[in-house]
Amino acid sequence: MYNSDKVIVGIIIFILFFAMPFWLNFGKAKALPKPELPSDTKECVESREYMRAFHMKMLLDWRDKKVREGQVYYINSQGKFFKMSLQNTCMKCHKSMEKFCDRCHTTISAHPDCWRCHIAPEEVKKWQ
Amino acid sequence: MNVFFSFIITLILVLIPVVGVGLLGLDPLFGIVIPYVAFLIFFFGLIYRIIDWARSPQPFKIPTTCGQQKSLPWIKHSRLESPFTMKEVYLRMFFEVFLFRSLFRNLRADLVGKRLIYGSAKWLWLGAILFHLSFLVIMLRHLRFFIHPVPSLVDIIAKVDGFFQLGIPPIYHTDLFILAGLFLLLLRRLVDSKVNYLSHASDYFPLFLILGIVISGILMRTIFKVDVQAVKELAYGLATFSPVLPSHKIGVLFYIHLFLVSVLAAYFPFSKLVHMVGVFFSPTRNLPNNNRAERYINPWDYPVKYTTYCEWQERFRDVMEEAGIPIDDEWCKETAEAQKQA
Repeated sequence: MYNSDKVIVGIIIFILFFAMPFWLNFGKAKALPKPELPSDTKECVESREYMRAFHMKMLLDWRDKKVREGQVYYINSQGKFFKMSLQNTCMKCHKSMEKFCDRCHTTISAHPDCWRCHIAPEEVKKWQ
Repeated sequence: MNVFFSFIITLILVLIPVVGVGLLGLDPLFGIVIPYVAFLIFFFGLIYRIIDWARSPQPFKIPTTCGQQKSLPWIKHSRLESPFTMKEVYLRMFFEVFLFRSLFRNLRADLVGKRLIYGSAKWLWLGAILFHLSFLVIMLRHLRFFIHPVPSLVDIIAKVDGFFQLGIPPIYHTDLFILAGLFLLLLRRLVDSKVNYLSHASDYFPLFLILGIVISGILMRTIFKVDVQAVKELAYGLATFSPVLPSHKIGVLFYIHLFLVSVLAAYFPFSKLVHMVGVFFSPTRNLPNNNRAERYINPWDYPVKYTTYCEWQERFRDVMEEAGIPIDDEWCKETAEAQKQA
């Protein structure tokens, strides 16, 4: 092999760069945090699978319907009525932002800006 | 023809996970086995290509230059266009690898009537730099799925990338840039008849494949959402060598994305995409233009068997004496002694 010193340095840089996920995690493997589900209720607005993947779609839809079209109630697939409100409907059961929302959002580094305007339950407690 | 062939191949590749995961439910195959196999092929394939190239001898020093070479001390020489020392070569390579300097010199040639006219054409450079740098940022952003806790640098990159907060979730600028870059590179091959003439299926296929990856990724983020927490479970499992299928099913769109990425990784070492490695092995870039100052020895050179005049004279002494050709013993003695001393 010609110029083996440079080539070996190149191979090492190549491996280090593309194996980043492996060595950055090395020896730190642990279970990902799970959100704390409410103990008193079993059913959310829609099915659990739908909520897990698509809650952001629903919240966006709620925002448009309530803020822009002035509708108040959401009718779910079972025909139940829900008041479209993050603070009053969602957070009524999910009592904590830190233990529910942030668990996943921090894990996957998704930072929606809900709480710049809305007030999280933790914040409410602080001011009472 | 080449375009349609590559396009259809890409469509078939999209359909494979649709059938495999959507209909047959082969989640472990498409979520764990194929990504690992593809990654192994990518790694060992590229290392093989690196070593293979490093073992190939480089017979001549052939840097391509386009500037004044170093000559007399009062003549200013172009350090980047005609590097003389290795330091200047490193600088040249740096600008080549990160800024694609040579693409910036891309020319177009047009016939106007009977005259051939050359002009500057920066589109290739623009498309290439948009595409490559966006791809780098997008790859770094994806680390959020593989590492736990997410490094703050990855967070910062994502924040800067979505700086203008257009829409919810914010549109990443690199997503737009990479689309623009890919379409520029594709249109260049389709619109310019001269480039079109020398474009093969292997030129179009990577473009379509990466377009498929980008579009499936953007769709997943903005329109058809998937369970991102489950995606992280899967990706984190892969990265920590303890692969598990996530407890919740992930949408088929994710498996299309993952399968196309796996195909790209496995295809990488055997295609034109190895220019990622090849750029470092380009003898026209990575050698200094100092042929006159330093002798370059061809590694192919081997000790040549030759006969000196004295050996020849010794061999044919009898015949030479008979024919009356003068024998030069003194000179042979002198040269032999001179060689001994040296």
